[in-house]
Amino acid sequence: SLSLLAESDDNNFILQGTQVKDVIIKPDAPNTLLLDKHADYIAAYGSKKDDYEYTLSEYLRMSGIYWGLTVMDLMGQLSRMNREEIIEFIKSCQHDCGGISASIGHDPHLLYTLSAVQILSLYDSINVIDVEKVVDYVKGLQQEDGSFAGDKWGEIDTRFSFCAVATLALLGKLDEINMDKAVEFVLSCMNFDGGFGCRPDSESHAGQIYCCTGFLSITGQLHKVNADLLGWWLCERQLPSGGLNGRPEKLPDVCYSWWVLASLKIIGRIHWIDKAKLRSFILACQDEETGGFADRPGDMVDPFHTLFGVAGLSLLGDEQIKPVNPVFCMPEDVLQRVGLQPDLLS
Amino acid sequence: MHSKRLKKIEPKQFYNLMCLFFYFRDRKEWADLEPVPQDDGPNPVVKIAYSEKFTDVFDMFRALLKNDEKSERAFALTAEAIELNAANYTVWHYRRVLLQALDKDLREEMKYITAIIEDQPKNYQVWHHRRMVVEWLNDPSEELQFVAEILSQDAKNYHAWQHRQWVMQEYKLWDGELEYVEELLEEDVRNNSAWNQRHFVISHTSGYSDSAILEREVQYTLKQIKKAPHNESAWNYLNGILQDGGLSSYPGLLEQVTELQDTCSSPYLTAFLVDLYEDALETNSSSYDQQETLNKALELCKLLAEEKDTIRREYWNYVSRSLQNTYGSGDPVASSSDPPPPSSSQQPDTEPSDP
Repeated sequence: SLSLLAESDDNNFILQGTQVKDVIIKPDAPNTLLLDKHADYIAAYGSKKDDYEYTLSEYLRMSGIYWGLTVMDLMGQLSRMNREEIIEFIKSCQHDCGGISASIGHDPHLLYTLSAVQILSLYDSINVIDVEKVVDYVKGLQQEDGSFAGDKWGEIDTRFSFCAVATLALLGKLDEINMDKAVEFVLSCMNFDGGFGCRPDSESHAGQIYCCTGFLSITGQLHKVNADLLGWWLCERQLPSGGLNGRPEKLPDVCYSWWVLASLKIIGRIHWIDKAKLRSFILACQDEETGGFADRPGDMVDPFHTLFGVAGLSLLGDEQIKPVNPVFCMPEDVLQRVGLQPDLLS
Repeated sequence: MHSKRLKKIEPKQFYNLMCLFFYFRDRKEWADLEPVPQDDGPNPVVKIAYSEKFTDVFDMFRALLKNDEKSERAFALTAEAIELNAANYTVWHYRRVLLQALDKDLREEMKYITAIIEDQPKNYQVWHHRRMVVEWLNDPSEELQFVAEILSQDAKNYHAWQHRQWVMQEYKLWDGELEYVEELLEEDVRNNSAWNQRHFVISHTSGYSDSAILEREVQYTLKQIKKAPHNESAWNYLNGILQDGGLSSYPGLLEQVTELQDTCSSPYLTAFLVDLYEDALETNSSSYDQQETLNKALELCKLLAEEKDTIRREYWNYVSRSLQNTYGSGDPVASSSDPPPPSSSQQPDTEPSDP
């Protein structure tokens, strides 16, 4: 198949006479899993606190910690992270309204509230924060039409519907919101191609689809999905390189190996992806020198893509990695301990 | 050592950081404030130069937040902070609080947010801020032109499209949008966002139930397919608008699509035919010979699985088996990836799994 590809311009290749937007994996790209290097990369990340990129990303620090801890746990290396420091940090990030911020001195937001609750679940320390207030905060963000705002400023997005129910599920408090309305809103975001966007009529996007299928799994409504149609749209994300994109005519990105793959797993159609080709794409995104994964081969690595590369490989069945839950993107053993078994279609 | 493509730091940003900068901590108008250092770990022994300005600005920002200060200097500082890190949502919150507390000129704010978005168009916060200002002003008059500007730089910017859809629905600005979508599709017929927008506009205006409208859309889509056959979006759109009525019963559709096979072949065309045949079988259409239709559908699935779309062979084999099992007259076909039959079935599966 490589012989059918001729480079036309940057990232546009000719396959069987037609232009295809994709990458070409070089023959010397990594093809074995370098788990030790990734563990070293994550363990060292953030220890150089003057690093510009680290400083710039303070506004998402809680999610950054969740990405790092989760991938370390999946690799069996969680003990290398500073549990006490992180728990203290989270305690300092809960505001009076109950919501949790990305970092100290930042405003609370649903995104970081979920990340915080996920981290505390990993550490089995949920009760260091005021759980009742978290529930109040989440409830308070539900709108009349069932949607959820991300914070008091009112941005509406199906990502926040997912954050809301995932947070409450981990706390065992799903019954505190208007479930019917919440479901109604998410279903109103289902498009003509079977996919979901961020609001009604928004273009179908793999990240939003992950949030919506995850939401429908948690709320027990997966039967409302057109699994064959959505599964088809999702498996269409696979490009000749083996990588997955997020919507038609876009480049592949390792994080879509998670959003797309987890969605397919949730709706019971993960076998519609060519697993071998996807695995080789993900492995090619590793950096042999620094450890970590980049969005595509040859780019700079970061913790976000490292988590989703490893989690994707776990979903593909790599036995060196702990099984990952496709709904919560957390180790299955953590969810078993919490007592959560969200539905998946078969 | 192979070269790595660096994460993009905007050139202007980098220049700003490297320039001589009169730190806030040294300015006498700021002398009354005690800067608050970042609080997520011990300070490093050696600070790298480009982080000096960043630290200075954000230390001051934290001081202002701590005192809940609502002043012009605070407002000015938010602009500095945004320039350094436009993704910091707390700074944007604070700026909005100040816009209201100081009763700032919102028209000026529109100019400001316009410039920021032009610089950094792929950021949730900037677009949400713009939406808030538009809402406060209750004036959408610049929005469609502005979004078109942004889309001219990146026609698939997801945030830009969200904003555009919000403006159109909120203020009922539907006129001229179909023409705009067509312009975009002229420029790039594979722009999935534009196809989505086409569906959005028509759904919210004329709808698709008028047969003249539907026919117009079918012909438009087929025309675009002729121009660029390997186009997932166009085929998805065609499928999407015909779902309700049923592909197999749409007059002349089978003929028109079959005609395209010689010059405009693609896996999408073949897939579309499979969908069409499946619809004919499902509706037990009298215009189709059921057995012949099943055979054609199975033949196409095999072609896709083995030759034309091998990366999705599992999907095509699944479709094949489903068609066989539902409409075939032989024993049920199973594969190794199907779940096992329920234990109450009369006979165990004896069919071999797919080659």
